[in-house]
Amino acid sequence: MDNVIGVINLVNEKQYLKELTSHRCLSAVPFGGRYRLIDFTMSNFVHADITKVAVFTKEKYRSIMDHLGSGKEWDLDRRNGGLFILPPTHPDELIKGDLQQFHDHIEFFNRSPEDTVVISPGHHVCKMDFQEIVDHHKDSCADITVVYKDFDGESVDKPIYHKYSIQNDGRVKNIELYTSPEQGDSVGLETFVIKKDLLIEIIKTCCENGEYDFLKDGVKANLHHLKVNSYHYKGYFPFIHSISSYYKSNMEFLNPELAQTFFYDTWDIYTKIKHEAPVKYSITSKVTNSLVANGCDIEGTVENSIIFRGVKIRKGAVVKNSIIMQKGEIHEGTYLENVITDKQVNITSEQVVIGDSIPRIVKKADVV
Amino acid sequence: MKSKKWIAMLLAGGQGSRLGELTTGLAKPAVPFGGKYRIIDFPLSNCTHSGIDTVGVLTQYQPLVLNHYVGNGRPWDLDRNFGGVSVLPPYQGKDGGEWYAGTANAVYQNIQYIDHYDPEYVLVLSGDHIYKMDYSRMLKYHVEKKAQATIAVIEVPWSEASRFGLMNTDEEDKISEFEEKPAKPKSNLASMGVYLFDWKLLKQYLIEDELDAFSTKDFGKDIIPKILGDGKSLYAYRFEGYWKDVGTVESLWGAHMDLLDDVPGFDLNDPHWKFYAGNANHAPQYISAEANITQSLVNEGCIVHGTINHSILSYNVHVGKNTIIKDSVIMPNVKIGNNVTINNAIIASDICIEDYAEIGSTSPAAEITVIGDAENISYVATNEKSRIK
Repeated sequence: MDNVIGVINLVNEKQYLKELTSHRCLSAVPFGGRYRLIDFTMSNFVHADITKVAVFTKEKYRSIMDHLGSGKEWDLDRRNGGLFILPPTHPDELIKGDLQQFHDHIEFFNRSPEDTVVISPGHHVCKMDFQEIVDHHKDSCADITVVYKDFDGESVDKPIYHKYSIQNDGRVKNIELYTSPEQGDSVGLETFVIKKDLLIEIIKTCCENGEYDFLKDGVKANLHHLKVNSYHYKGYFPFIHSISSYYKSNMEFLNPELAQTFFYDTWDIYTKIKHEAPVKYSITSKVTNSLVANGCDIEGTVENSIIFRGVKIRKGAVVKNSIIMQKGEIHEGTYLENVITDKQVNITSEQVVIGDSIPRIVKKADVV
Repeated sequence: MKSKKWIAMLLAGGQGSRLGELTTGLAKPAVPFGGKYRIIDFPLSNCTHSGIDTVGVLTQYQPLVLNHYVGNGRPWDLDRNFGGVSVLPPYQGKDGGEWYAGTANAVYQNIQYIDHYDPEYVLVLSGDHIYKMDYSRMLKYHVEKKAQATIAVIEVPWSEASRFGLMNTDEEDKISEFEEKPAKPKSNLASMGVYLFDWKLLKQYLIEDELDAFSTKDFGKDIIPKILGDGKSLYAYRFEGYWKDVGTVESLWGAHMDLLDDVPGFDLNDPHWKFYAGNANHAPQYISAEANITQSLVNEGCIVHGTINHSILSYNVHVGKNTIIKDSVIMPNVKIGNNVTINNAIIASDICIEDYAEIGSTSPAAEITVIGDAENISYVATNEKSRIK
């Protein structure tokens, strides 16, 4: 798509996922056997031919930079456009809001000849067709288009979602910030389409007035004199805001119909390539209803689980209803059930680790 | 003027006619291997790990897939400012052009390419072997022996020796005689098709050989015997480790089966010596509740509902319910229906196999069944070789 910049805004990320986000930002959390959450938005942009993508990072972004690299895997190592990683420019100060960071990198927007900007967070697991959303935005002659979805997630303990009141004609009448939505409420997906010139104007004006939040000060405050339209997203989209919702949304991909439609029937999700060998199953391996990524060596039993790249499951080990992230090693005779192990975890032999309805988390590189 | 210590020339132009239907549309080095790779990934990855950053890939037969696959060499870290990988097909010059008439002639026609890098040594490799080899050790040996040419050799069982090109050597491993497939072998040191030359010497012999009207313009048949005949310093470098020529259907199948041993002679998953491959983005594999997989390699992009025993599934292979696959190699993008049986077979890429098909034989005496490269051909139960549609 010509003339469109993709912005992945990590500035508003919260540390919903406890141990999993204690050393990495939310977008860098592994998902679905071989992905990081940011891969979905990146791939959706690329699918829509958005070939200039800027990632505004806030904190703990080492792993995201390592993951994205030159952008090659997403076809974003370009002479024109391509991938831009734009970190905070005042490391000693607390960031006051996303508009402040957009302002610090205002040159990026000023220099870009494109006329439209799509803004999205980096942690949504979905196949969102941005071509369709931008077309909708242009056809409706809106100044800003916001994307929303009917809430169907787990209830939240803290008010974290923004509720939109939408008129019959699709215009946004009101925005309630930080609410605990009920099922069916129109919840904003922090995804926007906006003209670049208008975005620059909002960035400048708000920052001059000491206002730094795009949704609150840029969109909500302007509802009356800008045409703020909406796009109703109806596709698959798990609301991930807790360990339990993260776990459940991973496990949903064990449903073969969802895995088929999500991974095979539409466009590809790209991720960093690791050059791992195919999965090796031994004479003792017993794997059922699971997703397994390359580089794994499986001698034990795996049931209803998601196994990331480079995991070793030794003889007699049993892994049930669990998520084992990259390079985990589960030794002989060990039993895991309802567990999420972060990267490079080593569970020694003959251990029993069982979580309950909320899975137990084993922290990165821990030895149990 | 910059120069390179050494560069590699990879002979990738062969048809591989002994692989039958598997090489109808692509050159032998482009044949898929190990569920994820193509044969050429092995020499290319070996080059990268051995510190060779300049590789000329000589192509001729059906080069489309290979050209596209090698590309700018990025998967093997061979996209370099000076050097990197270059695909070298035959070309026309001022005085016309001609096809590569033999392995030596192919390198002869690219003297200009090699001279551009002004290397001290040139490593000549072939694109039909599966092995893991640190060529830098061979170079070290070559320099220590003050050799002008070194040939990598591997000990083969005496019973099989007469199938190979054999080196007779003295106690210093200096080569005294080279025999191509002799009836009565005097040695069991087989040439691996890996040659290291001082470039000045090789260039001289390539030019001379080109003028020889009786030459077949082949490294093994012409260049090596001539160098040997002139009493040059020619050494055998003994390689220890896994090496397999995959030029026939049986050996290609066998090399795949070797990967499935509990402690494989050849480990694809060595973190210090990864084999790189192009086209590597696929979803994780989905193993269903009915599936049963043992002693197998399964790549990403697969959806498995059936029983897989002692077999290899390449990327994007879908296996239906109640289907049983045993001792077989399934190449990429193959769709296999329900209630299918496959034994001792190689199924080439992009084939679609219908429900209830029976392919291959369980008899140990039977040959390996090959279902060749063709799109949307269906095989049915009554006769494994009959094609409908």
